[in-house]
Amino acid sequence: MNGIAVSTAINGDDIEFLCRPEETLLTVLRDRLGLMGAKEGCGTGDCGACSVRVDGRLVCSCLVLGAEVQGQVVETIEGMASGDSLHPLQEKFLEHAALQCGICTPGFLMAAKDLLERNPDPSEEEIRFGLAGNLCRCTGYDKIVRAVQDAAQVMRGDAA
Amino acid sequence: MVDVNVWGSLSTCTDNQKVIQIEATTIRGLLRELVEKYPGAAPWVKRGISVSIDGEIIRDDWSKTLPDDAEIYLIPRMTSG
Amino acid sequence: MNINAKTQIQEFRSVGTRPVRQDGVDKVTGRARYGADYNMPGQLVGLVLRSPHAHARIKSIDTSAAEALKGVKAVITAADLPDHADGDEGLLEILDNCMARTKARYDGHAVAAVAAIDEATARKALGLIRVDYEVLPHVTDVDEALKSTANVVHEHATSRVDPEQNVPLNVHATEEFGHGDIEAGFAKSDLIVERSFKAEQSHQGYIEPHACVASVNADGTGDLWVTTQGHFSYRIVCAQLLGMDVSKLRVTSSEIGGGFGGKTHVWAEPVALALSRKAGRPVKLTMSREEVFRSTGPTSPASIDVKIGVSNEGVITSAYAHLRYGCGPYSGVWGMLGAMTAFACYDIENVKTIGIDVRINRPKTAAYRAPSAPVAAFAVESVLDEIAQKLDMDPLELRFRNAVKNGSRSSYGPTFGTIGLVEVLEAVKSHPQLNVPLAANQGRGIACGYWFNIGGQTCTTLNIGVDGTATLTIGTVDVGGSRSSMSLVAAEELGIDYDKVKTVIGDTATLGHNDTTEGSRGTFSSSMATINAVKQAIGVLRERAAKMWEIPVDDVVWEKGCARAVGEEHGNLPTLSLAEIAKEAPNTGGPIAGHSEIVAEGVGVSFGAHICDVEVDPETGATKILRYLVVQDAGRAIHPAYVEGQYQGGAVQGIGWALNEEYVYGADGRLQNAGFLDYRIPVCSDLPMIDTVIVEVPNPGHPYGVRGVGETPIVPPLAAVANAISRATGVRMTHVPMSPPRVLAALENAKVT
Repeated sequence: MNGIAVSTAINGDDIEFLCRPEETLLTVLRDRLGLMGAKEGCGTGDCGACSVRVDGRLVCSCLVLGAEVQGQVVETIEGMASGDSLHPLQEKFLEHAALQCGICTPGFLMAAKDLLERNPDPSEEEIRFGLAGNLCRCTGYDKIVRAVQDAAQVMRGDAA
Repeated sequence: MVDVNVWGSLSTCTDNQKVIQIEATTIRGLLRELVEKYPGAAPWVKRGISVSIDGEIIRDDWSKTLPDDAEIYLIPRMTSG
Repeated sequence: MNINAKTQIQEFRSVGTRPVRQDGVDKVTGRARYGADYNMPGQLVGLVLRSPHAHARIKSIDTSAAEALKGVKAVITAADLPDHADGDEGLLEILDNCMARTKARYDGHAVAAVAAIDEATARKALGLIRVDYEVLPHVTDVDEALKSTANVVHEHATSRVDPEQNVPLNVHATEEFGHGDIEAGFAKSDLIVERSFKAEQSHQGYIEPHACVASVNADGTGDLWVTTQGHFSYRIVCAQLLGMDVSKLRVTSSEIGGGFGGKTHVWAEPVALALSRKAGRPVKLTMSREEVFRSTGPTSPASIDVKIGVSNEGVITSAYAHLRYGCGPYSGVWGMLGAMTAFACYDIENVKTIGIDVRINRPKTAAYRAPSAPVAAFAVESVLDEIAQKLDMDPLELRFRNAVKNGSRSSYGPTFGTIGLVEVLEAVKSHPQLNVPLAANQGRGIACGYWFNIGGQTCTTLNIGVDGTATLTIGTVDVGGSRSSMSLVAAEELGIDYDKVKTVIGDTATLGHNDTTEGSRGTFSSSMATINAVKQAIGVLRERAAKMWEIPVDDVVWEKGCARAVGEEHGNLPTLSLAEIAKEAPNTGGPIAGHSEIVAEGVGVSFGAHICDVEVDPETGATKILRYLVVQDAGRAIHPAYVEGQYQGGAVQGIGWALNEEYVYGADGRLQNAGFLDYRIPVCSDLPMIDTVIVEVPNPGHPYGVRGVGETPIVPPLAAVANAISRATGVRMTHVPMSPPRVLAALENAKVT
């Protein structure tokens, strides 16, 4: 048995899994745990479609080994909504039509959540640089930036 | 008899005539007569030809009728992304 | 973002609103299932072995060691995909591209494939396959391939060219369009500008790699789950290639993570089916990003000469273009499309275009959003910009003086009907961006663009639920929000609310044949079929209401989602709602539905104009987009936010191609940049907001006036950016992408000369 036993917390739940030493976190999430919200667009950390957070740090899960999350806290797109109540970013992505095909959307939402938690009132430029690690081929980014701006305002509690 | 305009490369099969006369009342008849009169056009028809009737480009419906005095153009059948 | 209101002719209740998309919640919560997000019991992992050579004869393939590896369940080569094409040259080409038969024709060409219990085993097995290649000379450049000394890429190279003609061997097809006498036209012009342009090859760059799960059973039936723009077309091609009965293969289209033309062609799907057939188990085959770049897509590299003559008043008297497009090793229609679109925006007395497809040792060219038109527009609109400079004329005014309008003869033949280019130019003229002052090293570029629409085979079914809600099943894959747009159309026709209609994409067993979502046809065609289906369902609803009231059906009309009795005898009856009629359905004749099977004709065409403001750093050659405006005729915007999304997304793809995206081949014929790090598509921080104006000149061929809008937005950007850079630097740009080194070289070169 070559598997490494890993204990971790994913979206608030204690999870245990076995994985091979060379297996990426992305493969573990998708193929072992059935969490398919993280997407593989490149496998080389260039597209951001597999973005998740590990111990509060935004990472490309295709560049992290499954074994590395031992004892750490993992957040994925599947944990973003609370029950049937969507996160303001999810709401605003829908409202602003900030997605077309949607393959990049989970990664963008994770990256945007990470950005707004670090910087609740970003300028347009800060949003654009904050999301520059995520590729979208459908939207031209315009509506994504607007959705993030709007969500930031809601999350700050500013009057709309 | 209708006047049918053919595009440049198809005219290599119609004795270099850019306008040909065809006895037909529908697109189906037009394409049939075209091949009968100019057998070299057969591979072009097989690859696909659209027919523009007074500016409306008909790609697939071969039952469309050809009104008298209509402007008829043949153009390659379009595919795209 | 506004809608040009003066052209509105119809009052709508749902159409033109911006509700939340119906596939949205699944997509923001990670629940939407794409090509790779599906599994079947007992599923194996499929991987493909690809040629490292640009051109090589396959002398032999030894798969014995791979087959002997524990955990390997099937190894296939071309021998496992026998020729069922029955003399159909096109089909045989598809088969040859899926799995090389005698020669590898490009770097990345599939030569063998394995299915194993897991990826590690499959990868190990690939390494055990021994291919004995005889490396052949290759050619990857379009102009080189045209030289008489060039190596012949494909033995059928001249198959569609008259053998009597003395043409270079790698020319696959030549197409010519035009009218008038261009020499006479040039003779009477006051100014002639002639230039040559080059455009490098780009890829559609969809973020989702090709992926499928294939399952072929011993009884000859099969299932295919796949990311595609056209599951019906995939079914036909796959069944034909594998010698299966078309109706026994059920193809389900997954959510599609972008296609842009690249998912209109089959690639690994027939291979996955063949692996499954041989292994007797389902096979999941997912491409890596490197495979996507090396083996799928890309658009054509191109080389173009343009010559335009004008009068001193800026009227084009004559225009000529010679366009050479690479088509990969197989046949293509790319020269034809370039030749048809190059001058389509302009009303020209004497015009001639020649388009050529050239075979090269690169991947088979696939459609990419308005294929061939962006680089044709780059060449033509650049020459027009130079003419405007030489005439000292406003470039917008030059477009006005030559723009096609209703009744103009198109450069490819037919007379245009109701079109909106002049309205588009008027909207540009009144846009505030034109008044923003420009500083040093800044420039403003304008360019127009044109693309056709296509219609084609389409069907839809509307089923009324027991509670009066409706399910609409359509067969055109949703690539940009068309499910929601179709719900808007059905709601409009039925007279009920948008949120009472749910639209789904049917699999190939659910509906009759639907052509692929391509050619800007999805919304145009499916909305036409949806309107028909709803009208049929309303006929049934009126019959049922008549039965409930026990009155003649002719005395029942449908209004605002309700049946209303008319006439003196029963005009005072209270209306019957859709829900009330649906509830009674079991006792009035059973389920209530409407369906429509059509060939959608009546396509309109769509014109656009873009304005781009740039700043060029003369030290580095880097270009920054300061402002960008897209104006385009949509005919009728069913969901304006999605129309804007098409405008913005297409523009940014064009900007990427204009500034960075290119395939780089080494002297060895191998692709040097098969990844997103080195093939650089635009990121968020490269761009400003993309401003849009939707012009609506209704298409008389569609009940609501809809024109397809998906492709035109990528046509003008290469030229708009090039014209902006040329004006910012004072040096005419003739080679895209205008990456920093290339711009810098052009600036240095201009200093020297």
